[in-house]
Amino acid sequence: MSDIREVTIPELAHLLSPRALSGETMLLNMGPQHPSTHGVLRLLLELDGEIVINCIPDIGFLHTGVEKNMESKTYEKAEVMTDRLDYTNPIGNNLVYCMAVEKLAELDVPPRAQVLRVILAELTRIASHLIWVGTSALDLAAMSLFLYTMRDREMILDMFEMCSGQRMMTTYVRPGGLWRDVPREFEEYLKQFLAVIPGRIDEYEDFLGKNPLFLDRTKGIGVINAEECMEWGISGPILRAAGVAYDIRKAYPYSGYDQYDFDIPTFPAGDVHDRFKVRMEEIRQSVRIVRQAFHHLPFGPVRSNNRKYVPPPRSEIGTSMEALIHHFKIWTEGFSPPKGSVYASTESPRGELSVYLESDGGPKPYRVKYRTPSFVNLQIMPFLTKGHFVADVVGIIGSIDVVLGDADR
Amino acid sequence: MDDWYKPITDVMQDVYKIHVEVFRDEVTLTVPAENIVEVVKTLKLVNDYRMLVNLTAVDYWPQETPRFHVVYHLRNIQQNTILCLRVSLDGNAPILPTLERVFPNANWFEREVWDLFGILFEGNSDMRRIVMPHDWVGHPLRKDYPLGYEEVQFSFNFDEIELKKPYAKE
Amino acid sequence: MGIEQKAGDMGIITTTLEQVVGFARTNSMWPVLFGLACCALEMMAAQAANYDLSRFGMELNRASPRQSDLMIVAGRVSQKMAPVLRHLYDQMPDPKWVIAMGDCASCGGIFNNYAIVQGVDEVVPVDIYVAGCPPRPEGLIHGIITLHEKVKQEKLTRWS
Repeated sequence: MSDIREVTIPELAHLLSPRALSGETMLLNMGPQHPSTHGVLRLLLELDGEIVINCIPDIGFLHTGVEKNMESKTYEKAEVMTDRLDYTNPIGNNLVYCMAVEKLAELDVPPRAQVLRVILAELTRIASHLIWVGTSALDLAAMSLFLYTMRDREMILDMFEMCSGQRMMTTYVRPGGLWRDVPREFEEYLKQFLAVIPGRIDEYEDFLGKNPLFLDRTKGIGVINAEECMEWGISGPILRAAGVAYDIRKAYPYSGYDQYDFDIPTFPAGDVHDRFKVRMEEIRQSVRIVRQAFHHLPFGPVRSNNRKYVPPPRSEIGTSMEALIHHFKIWTEGFSPPKGSVYASTESPRGELSVYLESDGGPKPYRVKYRTPSFVNLQIMPFLTKGHFVADVVGIIGSIDVVLGDADR
Repeated sequence: MDDWYKPITDVMQDVYKIHVEVFRDEVTLTVPAENIVEVVKTLKLVNDYRMLVNLTAVDYWPQETPRFHVVYHLRNIQQNTILCLRVSLDGNAPILPTLERVFPNANWFEREVWDLFGILFEGNSDMRRIVMPHDWVGHPLRKDYPLGYEEVQFSFNFDEIELKKPYAKE
Repeated sequence: MGIEQKAGDMGIITTTLEQVVGFARTNSMWPVLFGLACCALEMMAAQAANYDLSRFGMELNRASPRQSDLMIVAGRVSQKMAPVLRHLYDQMPDPKWVIAMGDCASCGGIFNNYAIVQGVDEVVPVDIYVAGCPPRPEGLIHGIITLHEKVKQEKLTRWS
């Protein structure tokens, strides 16, 4: 285990202003362990008094080597690792991986599975935004909101546990559909949840929306406009808070999103306050989507019938020879999609989450690259924090909504 | 799908010597390494592909030479289309011109490709490691770099692994 | 600190002292904020209202390691983070305990590769391992109660 290697100023000289080298400004290390950095993010702040002149983010403290590890496992086994990348949005990560595999292998997905995928993805979006609201408020010292949002998140986690047995890392979405059908209690519980949540969202918005301290700490802080967002490749709520109505669910509809009626909330100012409002509106739109999807839930199978990729049900194995052979081949060697490369993109709560999947015709993925929104969105940190106080830096990190598992992979 | 990409690629095919492929409704242009910055600039200014969404690399060792393929994805928001560009590079001292002047967010993408594959981007303002520690040796995502796993400790080999495992004493 | 040198082994007085000190230590053990990855979300859920951790004395997490006595390593520790972890552990004053929460902290979890330290016990000495990926909040609470029982049984001669 190496000791902490100190990075000296001359190595970073190309990133700092000349005043740092002469000692006029101070270099402050907002280290990997800090109460307000949403994970292990290290920021090197160059300060002139209390004003930030430059900010150098240092990531890599949660690098897990998932992409290399997935190359040595078969497609189904590799999916288990995808849950753990953006850990506030596990179903979204599974979904984008399965979409890439299905695009490559040209697998069909039955309609009931499409609708259930939409319901689960939107529930995960609501859960992720609830975590975000709770922890951002905690950073800005509004501590009790955290307990309220965690209480609502528990209801969503109960639903996931009902379907798959696991609260968070479910691996419920599989290539070809879902792992298994949802139980009967799921529908009852979902109805109760949908009845309760809109009132609570209004409560949370009132909690913070008119508080003068919150408004002072968020209005006019960390402003970015639409042109700069597109230059930097920013997507998600930050782009929508800058005024651009761009959402992958509307632009490249996947999993049947074009059948549902929902709005894309946009606000003009592009500061921290508008990002808060965009995310609260998105929760409301997600509730609307879940309600529509729930009313249109068709009956039918939840996984594809293509036995080259989907293992047969256990009841068939005793009676059919082909089922036995398919079962054996899929579980020992794994399925082999044709050779080629695809790019599948979805809208995660943070922005555009995409997978670039390349296969060489074998049972293991040859190259999986996750284009994650947190990695790209974190690049604008130096840009957003210039000229603000140190206390604002905390609010700005919160508003970008970084999840370091996403950024470091 | 219809040939929405034909007007763009027909113009560039002769000038920049690109090669077009379509697979599963996705268009891939294979570009020679010396023309990549010009192609990207043309796509950005003339054809409105103003967002760089992805920059990554693939290692084809030992099956193919040239060994590395660098992959770019560009997006046009008004027309809702994505273009994929591929550049192939040799394995000894792979080097490419940087896209940072055209798209500022290529900075971190290129740092990551340098860190994990060893492909140098000349002109990038900040060529340091990003996800691995500063003093790490090697480029992990290359195919000749080992996965680095440790042997799993079952009950039959419990004692021999116990001797080798480095526990922290205090 | 010098009490065991002065009191030594005086029978009833020292056993009662052990019980009192054990009681005091367990009932207000403050963890240092060290949530790294997914297990951090379950740790936060364990501290929130549904599975309340403050009924066990862990009312708040201290951000500074100098003011805490428990480190719950929640999440995977990468090679870049390991020296930082050791640095923070060294900054905590005695007596201190470590709970390795989750599979990644206990043994490397599902990530058996170059980037993850295979078990946090290669970096710091661990008292309690909590299994699960991520462990349920009840699992973490069971781990904390087991730690409390372990602390209550610590003898006088083991201090300092």
